[in-house]
This record gives sequence, structure tokens and C-alpha cells, in this order.
Amino acid sequence: MAENRYELNRQLAQMLKGGVIMDVTTPEQARTAQEAGACAVMALERIPADIRAAGGVSRMSDPKMIRGIQEAVSIPVMAKCRIGHFVEAQVLEAIDIDYIDESEVLSPADDRYHIDKHAFKVPFVCGARDLSEALRRIGEGTAMIRTKGEAGTGDVVQAVRHMRAMNGEIRRIQSLREDELPEAAKGLQVPLELLRYVYENGRLPVVNFAAGGIATPADAALMMQLGAEGVFVGSGIFKSGNPARRAEAIVKAVTNYTDAGLIAELSADLGEAMVGINAQEITLLMAERGQ
Amino acid sequence: MKIGILALQGGFAEHAHSLTRLGAECFMIRRERDLDREMEGLILPGGESTVMRKLMEDLGLLSGLRQRIADGLPVLGTCAGLILLAEEVEGGKACLATMGVRVKRNAYGRQLGSFHTEENFQGIGRIPMTFIRAPYIEAVLGEGQILARADGRIVAVQEGKQLACAFHPELTEDLRVHRYFLDMAGGAL
Repeated sequence: MAENRYELNRQLAQMLKGGVIMDVTTPEQARTAQEAGACAVMALERIPADIRAAGGVSRMSDPKMIRGIQEAVSIPVMAKCRIGHFVEAQVLEAIDIDYIDESEVLSPADDRYHIDKHAFKVPFVCGARDLSEALRRIGEGTAMIRTKGEAGTGDVVQAVRHMRAMNGEIRRIQSLREDELPEAAKGLQVPLELLRYVYENGRLPVVNFAAGGIATPADAALMMQLGAEGVFVGSGIFKSGNPARRAEAIVKAVTNYTDAGLIAELSADLGEAMVGINAQEITLLMAERGQ
Repeated sequence: MKIGILALQGGFAEHAHSLTRLGAECFMIRRERDLDREMEGLILPGGESTVMRKLMEDLGLLSGLRQRIADGLPVLGTCAGLILLAEEVEGGKACLATMGVRVKRNAYGRQLGSFHTEENFQGIGRIPMTFIRAPYIEAVLGEGQILARADGRIVAVQEGKQLACAFHPELTEDLRVHRYFLDMAGGAL
């Protein structure tokens, strides 16, 4: 039964592929996102750029606020809990959330242990910077992976680095001799059977999205061409000049990510992009949280 | 046999995988110009129906696809694909509206309501069925024939050359629904 549940949870992520998951803070934003073509929304009280600006401890959102968003849209609704905070995850499961993001964007609740995600019926998505982090999270029971990127910056450089690192390591694993896999698993600190899956299939055993710093249609298409199976956009939409229009353009760019002519049309007249902060200029690196 | 797969969002790669294993050729439909290619069948995959409907409208695919289906192009719709084909959608807007069924979206609730089962499919036998935030068919409005039920609900209907399921045959290793569709497209059924 538990095996079956995990399979269904991985399969929901398969149905999100080729889509854009958008951060929203109100029912109105959720409706705007759905109308623009979001395949799911992430309900949170403050988008990452504002979490950065506000400082302090950042926690799971108010369940009442999440319910308001669940009532506003028909697409899947995700919400974030703090790394290691399994009670926040229990609360999100109790309100029938579709996906939990155990997220480095919130303040970690445990600096050593992640949540045992096998203990839950609802699916989890987790951030990863490389193959080693991704397979550890999958070993803990996550049903979907996303790059960490550097949330709330509007700077795509970290998401690119994480996606390239992940796919580069996958290619390296495939080039090994089979009898070298146990040593590689030891080096990466990951379960051997998951590494064997990567060796045999040339991909992660779960869907892999890009996240963190994606602000334009071209950013989204870049991540897709680098091998992402879909895209999370956080601050990039509702921190921009014309959210509805930018959201629609990013959705279309993800569908037609190799069509430069179309991406050129989509990029025209979008209004102000989010201002953005260079990833080197920030003092708090969220991607360092939870390894 | 050459099959076009609507590849705007969702599980299109899984359908391509099933078709390839059966030796059929397939290509992805993402822009209006893709409809100019020769095809003997069309697949509308699972995913989010609101996303696919929006993109079909904005990318100029809706009227072309509706015309092709009306002209008799064989089509298989799974989960969201069923919703796109339905004439009536409870709690949502109809899209292609070429098949006389009324569907209920997210009929089993949120992800905690997703499930896997095995039921009979007329003309095939007992098959695995995976339902992910799935719809079901509340009523057949036209000439469609019910091919499968699960837990008393209608989950597969064929009307002429249109075949629609509330579940995802592309998520199982069982290829018999795709085989059935290829036989139908080839004129055997």
C-alpha cells in the first residue's frame, strides 16, 4: 500500500511536467496564475523576495490562508514547510494539500535531519544542488526534485549551476563500469539502488523541475533546454510590472522552449521584470540550507 | 501508423513511450503548423486541462483540432484529455466539445484521493487503472458506448472514433488500451 501511494505521488509530478508552478500569496493571485496557465500554485504568505527583505524566522503559512487558495482554484495547490519540521508537514497533510515543499526558503527547523517523507501519504518536493543531494532526498521519500537555485533574487545563475551539476553527474555515473557503482555511491553518500537507477536510465527516478531566480520567458526556456522538466516561478511573476502577462508568457515559453521566434514575441513588451539582486551580493544563501 | 500527440503540458512523453513500444510512429503537436503534418490518430494526454485549454486557444490549435476530430480523425483522450473532449464539464468550461459526455473534474478530490485499481475494459479484459486527481464521466449524452466502470463510475467511453478514459493507461506497463486505440485508428474496431 505504501509503495502504491509513493507511485501515485511520483505520477502526479509526471502530470505537472511541461508546466509552470507559480508562487501566490492571495486567492486573487491564485486565480490570475490559473488563468495564465499555471499547472499548480505554491501557496505562501510571503514570496521569497519579501522573505529576504523581512528577515527573521520564516515559517509555514497560516492554514486558513492556504484553504482560501485551495477554494479559489481547481489546479493542484502546494505549500511549504520548514526543513525537518515534520509537524508542519502533518498540518499540511491534514488540510489535504496536494504537494508539500520541504523548503530551504523557510528557516530550517532541524539542522541535521530532513523529514522522513515515507511516513506521509501526501507527496513532497525537495530542492537539490547536485545529484548527491537529490538522491538523498529521494531516499528519504521525496516524489519530485527541483533545483534550489537562489530564491528571491531574480538571478538565474544558481539554478543553471545546479541543473548543470546534476546532469553532468548523471552523465559521469553512466560512464562508469557497473562494478564501480558501490564506490561511487559511497563517495556521493547516496543509496546504491538509487544510483543504479541513474546508471541504467540516465535520469533521476523522479521528475526534476527548475526553481530559484527564474524571472523571464528566456530564463524559463533556458532551464528547459538544460534539461528541466518544468519550472517553478516564485518572486519573478508577482514582483514584476505586469504579472498576468508575464505569467502567460513564461507558460508559453516552457511549452515551446526551443522556438526562439516565439520566445522573442513572448519577451516583447512585458513591462518591468522584477528588480533582482545579484546572487553574489546577498548575505543569506538559502541554497546552503539542508544538504 | 503515425500518431500526433498534443504536447502542450503533462504526460505526453509517457504516451510516446507506449506507442513506440507498440511500433507506432509519433510526433509532438505544439504549434498550429504541426497540424499540417500527416496523422492517422491523435492523443490528448493527461496533465492540467485548464493549462491545455488555455494554450490550445492562445497558440491557435483549438479550431484546427476540433475540425480534424469532427472530420473523423481517431482520438484517444486520457484524464485531462477526456475533459478536453467532453461536451459538458461540471465546474469548468468545455474545450473541444466533440464527445457527448458530461464529466466531473477532480471528481475523487485532491491528491489524497488518487488511487490505483484493476477493472474490466470491454473488448480487452481486466486492466490496471491509475487515477490521478481524476475526473469521471457522470453521463453519456450522445451515442457513446460505455467501455469501463470503476467503483460504479463510468471511466471509459467510445463514441465513433473517439476513445476517452478517466485513468492513465500511459502510466502502466500494460499496452492494451494503446493497442486498442491503434486498432481503432487502423479501422479494425
